[in-house]
Amino acid sequence: MSVKKKFKGLSDKAVGWLFIGPTVLLLLAINIYPLVYAIKMSFTNFYANKIGREPQFVGLKNYIKVLNKEAIWEKMQVTASFMFWTLLLQAIIGLGLALLLNRKFKGNELLTTLIVLPMMLSPAVVGVFWTYLYNPQVGLFNYVVNFFYDLGSFDMIGSSTLAPWAIVIVDTWMWTPFTMLICLAGLRSVPNYLYEAAEVDRASKWQQFIYITLPSVLPFLLLALLFRGIENFKMFDMVVELTSGGPGSATELASINLKREAFEKWKTGYSSAFAVILFVTIFGFGNVYVKVMNKIKER
Amino acid sequence: MKEEKSLIRKIFRRVYWENLSTILILIGVFMLLQPFAMWMFTYSFIVILVGTIGFIITSHFPD
Repeated sequence: MSVKKKFKGLSDKAVGWLFIGPTVLLLLAINIYPLVYAIKMSFTNFYANKIGREPQFVGLKNYIKVLNKEAIWEKMQVTASFMFWTLLLQAIIGLGLALLLNRKFKGNELLTTLIVLPMMLSPAVVGVFWTYLYNPQVGLFNYVVNFFYDLGSFDMIGSSTLAPWAIVIVDTWMWTPFTMLICLAGLRSVPNYLYEAAEVDRASKWQQFIYITLPSVLPFLLLALLFRGIENFKMFDMVVELTSGGPGSATELASINLKREAFEKWKTGYSSAFAVILFVTIFGFGNVYVKVMNKIKER
Repeated sequence: MKEEKSLIRKIFRRVYWENLSTILILIGVFMLLQPFAMWMFTYSFIVILVGTIGFIITSHFPD
């Protein structure tokens, strides 16, 4: 029987399943199975380095341990501080850049391309080259700071007070273009007649910004920040390349701590519980994100 | 019977319950990340979990 004849009788639904089948299988294998396995492991005292030892069911013990450990709480605060400052800076600078690029001027397209460039780089690459930029002896960052304000030699990555700011600066540098692009899309969706009507009513530029621009762009900005919030909550690669969570544990975010518990201390059951907690938080965040996105679509 | 059905529909309106779940998620996230009290951190996960499960259920309620 020829292939053509064999598939002739397939319904539209069957053809649809035939197309999405491989993707569904792949998702089940690389997403759902590890997730279910991790949830299962989170209820056991499994240690991945103790081969041959049967994991025993311990109930909610791992979850109670994680949620009562002060060290984990501290890592959450480091993550919160990182999220707060990056989101704040990205919102202000992103909106400012979007307002600037929304005007028509010579070189607008070129400037937009240049601003968007950092976003296209790999976080690991960004981490590596910012390590060079932050170098106290030969780094460009120290040179530029000292050019404007003589601070002498300082080590952004080596100091426990400066290192959290070092990762905030890099993340802001890398991801502000994303916020800017979303805000720019929001700004371009504002109809021009609103500004014309405001001009007729003798509204000042500031009033136009407060009563027209800001309410129009705010849902878009919120969407960008929610997305960045989710991403920064699970930030790992860039910070590992830049500081490895140090000095001490000054920049040890929740995800870095999770990796240490899982692959340095080999507490697989315990770290699975920690991972499930982070997953549920991100999943909850994701639901809020989808809700905000749907609201924007309805507008 | 019809009145009872409409009452149930009124009570289980998606907007209210979905908003409540969203607020629970946001409170839970705040409790998880706040630097003020350890007990809030301890109970944060259960609040997020209830909010998330609630959101999944209530998003299927009728408008």
